[in-house]
Amino acid sequence: MSGIPHDHYEPKSNSAKWIESRLPVLGLLYDTLMIPTPKNLNWMWIWGIVLTFCLALQIVTGIVLVMHYTPNVDLAFASIEHIMRNVNGGHMIRYLHMNGASLFFIAVYAHIFRGLYYGSYKAPREITWIIGMLIYLLMMATAFMGYVLPWGQMSFWGATVITGLFGAIPFVGETIQTWLLGGPAVGNYTLTRFFSLHYLLPFVIAGLVIVHIWAFHTTGNNNPTGVDVRRGSKAEAEKDALPFWPYFVIKDLFALALILAVFFAVVGFMPNYLGHPDNYMEADPLVTPAHIVPEWYFLPFYAILRAFTSEVWVVIIANWITGGIVTAKFFGVLAMFGAILVLALAPWLDTSTVRSGRYRPMFKWWFWLLVVDFFVLMWLGAMPAEEPYATFSLIATAYWFGYFLVILPLLGVIEKPLPQPATIEDDFNAHYGQSDAGSAQTTPAE
Amino acid sequence: MIRKLTLSALTALALSASGAQAAEGESYVKDYAFSFEGPFGAYDQMQLQRGLQVYTEVCSACHGLQYVPIRTLADEGGPGLPEDQVRAYAEFWEVWDDELRDYRTAAPADNFPASSMQTAPDLSLMAKARAGFHGPYGLGINQFFKGMGGAEYIASLLAGYTGEEKEEAGSILYENTAFPGGWISMAPPLHGGDVEYADGSSTEVEAVAQDVAAFLMWTAEPQMMARKHAGFVGVLFLGLLTVLLYLTNKKIWAPVKGRGKAHAAE
Repeated sequence: MSGIPHDHYEPKSNSAKWIESRLPVLGLLYDTLMIPTPKNLNWMWIWGIVLTFCLALQIVTGIVLVMHYTPNVDLAFASIEHIMRNVNGGHMIRYLHMNGASLFFIAVYAHIFRGLYYGSYKAPREITWIIGMLIYLLMMATAFMGYVLPWGQMSFWGATVITGLFGAIPFVGETIQTWLLGGPAVGNYTLTRFFSLHYLLPFVIAGLVIVHIWAFHTTGNNNPTGVDVRRGSKAEAEKDALPFWPYFVIKDLFALALILAVFFAVVGFMPNYLGHPDNYMEADPLVTPAHIVPEWYFLPFYAILRAFTSEVWVVIIANWITGGIVTAKFFGVLAMFGAILVLALAPWLDTSTVRSGRYRPMFKWWFWLLVVDFFVLMWLGAMPAEEPYATFSLIATAYWFGYFLVILPLLGVIEKPLPQPATIEDDFNAHYGQSDAGSAQTTPAE
Repeated sequence: MIRKLTLSALTALALSASGAQAAEGESYVKDYAFSFEGPFGAYDQMQLQRGLQVYTEVCSACHGLQYVPIRTLADEGGPGLPEDQVRAYAEFWEVWDDELRDYRTAAPADNFPASSMQTAPDLSLMAKARAGFHGPYGLGINQFFKGMGGAEYIASLLAGYTGEEKEEAGSILYENTAFPGGWISMAPPLHGGDVEYADGSSTEVEAVAQDVAAFLMWTAEPQMMARKHAGFVGVLFLGLLTVLLYLTNKKIWAPVKGRGKAHAAE
């Protein structure tokens, strides 16, 4: 499966031969686990395992929760309390699921920003990147719909605000909004379809995860140097890479265990810290909460959405040029989806031929500013829509777009990159020194 | 995320620090020291029983606890009433029976009745539906150290009446230092000496307010003790697993890393 030369599976026992000649599943498993992996991967390459774990955790806890949950506007909130109070271990399962969503997003943001820094999105990994972006979009949709299910105040009003965004699309907006909601406003029909989709989408994500992994098993992993594993021969490849099992499986599991220890501390000792108190009040269509705030992982994009009010000059111009078709609200919606679109287009916006940010002296600064910008946007998304936050939001939004649309294309032209190591082996040895035993150690232990 | 970062950086240290810091900036919600705060905190059974008494004799005149099964009063980690007392207590309430199409005396298997007054919110989850602490700058870092502050908010509210009243749109509003906006439509429910405690505890407004706030924290989070226990077991075993995997990882990589090991040791 992989393009990097390595050993392939040879069935030894008769039963293995019997299976392999009928369904090459053992070979598939072997190739997947034994994929040559750049040996210089650092700790930012552990998030894939964390994400895979999160998906499994959410599916398992979710399936158990569904056994006790009732998707009906009159019963949903009470059924959550039933889970919290009467179901054996129900409170833990629900808190794991609630906080599991947060862990999922922490991991995905770390994963995405790692990709941005080390240029993992660049050729030949564009498809891996695009599929990753699709997974991220589906994650957001799933998380959003899942948050509606407890039918608390924030569930209801969050759903009202977010689906209202689609209503801002000119001409067809109202039709789309009605189609999404299943009726004129958020109601029982909305809850039932969100429930159905919230159950479906994780399995679509699981399918895309397989494609995501398949894609980078073909191109090989990126690594902190951005230099490719040599593919001339198996012996050459083995100087740059180590088999995934056991080297990276154990390393990843160690990182996962550490992260889960912290995760368990949060679930056990402060499970509501990342939630919103308003969601412990049952949804009431007649009472609007003072501040409607989405979950923390949506805040940066929520801030971008709100940054464009009708007083902003670009909005005024857009409105004037289009004869009023592009309203401030629609502009905000375009900006929000555009913010994710530019992220997805990074492979084509970045003109630099150097992959890793490690060897790009100017890029580094702009990248870290983008990380700061992301956190600032997150904070602004939680603030009320008033000055000075509105101005800050505009500036932060401008930088987000500026990074992808101006800085990335320009840097490739004006930046003078630092020398890169010739091989991954050189980089590794510079760090850890030549292995005493030489390359003999790199053959997989069986 | 900013909250989250602080969180991962400080978890081990700060978890034990909650409740210790003095209230700052958010002057209107007093940071009462509750026994259940922090990872080692537990409900004070006597306080929950006193709170139950306050709820029964004062709050329940208007408010309900519709999500709380009466039988859970006997649960471990809660008020821990003996079974016979729970049965006797249940008879104090009348609940609507859908099959009988009439009211009947409650049994332990029933939930507490809902609010009897339309405008009085249900209190089952009130301690989780309010956050006492928000700052600084809306980052919520205070909650990390002090807890969410739901119980603190309730106690502060009950003890936060200034005695001022005003009439607005035909209804009387009462000034309250904890209530957002400063004016609340609930008349002061506690005046001092509202209940008579069997254990002789103080019946000053602030003491009673804390008792009922603790009780409402329990109604909102009845499984807190089981949860913290699971948290400890989880952290302990995952911590152990982490150490084992760390050592395994080190051993596996040692031959590959060659003299890097010597480097690291320098």
